[in-house]
Amino acid sequence: MRELVVLSGKGGTGKTSICGSLAVLAANKVLADCDVDAANLHLLLEPEIKSSSPFYGLPKAQINDDLCLACDLCAHLCRFNAIRGQRVLTGNCEGCGVCYHACPCEAVEMLPHIAGELHLSKTRYGPLVHANLGVAEDNSGKLVAAVRKKARQVAEAEKKELIITDGPPGVGCPVISCLSGIDLVLVVTEPTLSGMHDMERMLDLADFFNVKAVVCINKWDLHPGNTESIEASCRRRDVPVPVRLPYDQIVKEAACRAQPVVQYGSGPVVDGIVALWDELRTRLV
Amino acid sequence: MIVAVASGKGGTGKTTVAASLALVAAEKGPVQYLDCDVEEPNGHLLLHPAWEHRRAVTVPVPVIDRDKCNFCGRCAQICAFHALAVLPDEVLVFPELCHGCGGCQYFCPMKAITENKREIGCVETGQSGAIQFVHGCLQVGEAICTPLIGAVKEQAAPGTLTILDAPPGTSCPVIKTVTNAGFCILVTEPTPFGLHDLRLAVKMVKKLGIPCGIIINRSDGQDQLIVEFSRDMHIPVLFRLPEDRMVAEGYAGGMPAVTVRPAWKPLFQNLLDGLEAGKQCVS
Repeated sequence: MRELVVLSGKGGTGKTSICGSLAVLAANKVLADCDVDAANLHLLLEPEIKSSSPFYGLPKAQINDDLCLACDLCAHLCRFNAIRGQRVLTGNCEGCGVCYHACPCEAVEMLPHIAGELHLSKTRYGPLVHANLGVAEDNSGKLVAAVRKKARQVAEAEKKELIITDGPPGVGCPVISCLSGIDLVLVVTEPTLSGMHDMERMLDLADFFNVKAVVCINKWDLHPGNTESIEASCRRRDVPVPVRLPYDQIVKEAACRAQPVVQYGSGPVVDGIVALWDELRTRLV
Repeated sequence: MIVAVASGKGGTGKTTVAASLALVAAEKGPVQYLDCDVEEPNGHLLLHPAWEHRRAVTVPVPVIDRDKCNFCGRCAQICAFHALAVLPDEVLVFPELCHGCGGCQYFCPMKAITENKREIGCVETGQSGAIQFVHGCLQVGEAICTPLIGAVKEQAAPGTLTILDAPPGTSCPVIKTVTNAGFCILVTEPTPFGLHDLRLAVKMVKKLGIPCGIIINRSDGQDQLIVEFSRDMHIPVLFRLPEDRMVAEGYAGGMPAVTVRPAWKPLFQNLLDGLEAGKQCVS
């Protein structure tokens, strides 16, 4: 089984649009949406949810008033400013449990905390594993790991050869959680200074985790000079850049009609994505 | 006053809005721009500050004194983040997993654990005209960014207009950024993705109790769904910025929107006037 993850560093470069199209083009695969903060892939794939399960983050502390002697040791030890006046500020509590272990009168309990939901859905393109992290929750990296684990289980059970994962923006915790043990990362960038800056950091991260990368330049004609700089930088890194996708309103139109762009229309963008998939497929074998 | 610019979805134009707002504000007086998207800071690519100062930001990590350690395993048992593993004659520390709670040190019966500082990134400050510029930059490979966001926010000067450029999403890095802001601007785009993530962002700011308003970026006139949503939620649409290829090309080369389109400045000026008068502060 092979795993392809689509990342970008910068948000809004086209990860989900391309992932939605790869969902149409690739055969015999499981789809996973690891942008658990702001999952969007399902908006293109009309999923029918088959099963959902709660996702437990780290437990949160709670103080039992009946046992508490108000010694304030917990507040003194807490490094996250999560305890004030014998009350736990749940939003600040990281679940370290120092208060729980330290309390001399066992007044602190660590309560299970549901931080989100994990879904397995059926789509016309194959199974989709997706999640939603509760608003204002932490532990997105842990939920990403849960989505990936579920996707692997489904792939094994249904004898699928490939997992295609839509990843989150950034280079932090949830992105790192996407990279362990994968076969290939597709980095979608755009020829803007921000897109380039963030792509370089993304490729550094892929190097750090020893993951092979392929770059796709989206909206390349927005700035042909920057596009050439990206290609030159990728040559130096020995990272292939198989296609340039042009700036085309068809991508937005397809998104507004909630369809993958290769399903919705035709033209240079669609041809480019088809060529991209051919290239990715040969690298995943 | 602290004004945060957030979005839910990435790439909707947070940095475009935040930089333009700072530039327009700077025509009247001092303003601070704090780039809190420490995983991918981009504000400097539009505002081109002259850097003046760099400070490393560190987090505490445990250091084991092998002479004192009896390998009892208490530290690994305490650690909720699995940042320590105790073998028969070795203690392994995984610094990237450590949240710096201090539990291992506090509970070690042999007093064999001390703390060292580990750099996770830096805070850089500089000046761009009348804009005091601050950003945090997370080292590639580091997972935990909230202490760095905290260090960026410590630079906020009371009594000055402070603009926070938030990271995308709705989880801990965004919460860390937006908490304590007086107002939150939510930047969206008229697509189903934009609307979906705007809903999440609105839930987040409501949960935090921060008044907010919406800017529709890249508007093509087909933004009824967002307008309806804002009406249902009683959130003002502050203004629209039209889809504009010249602005996109300018952004690609590092030019802020209001530099490409000076005619857009009054939109930002009106917003600033409204914020100052407290008119926008309806939740």
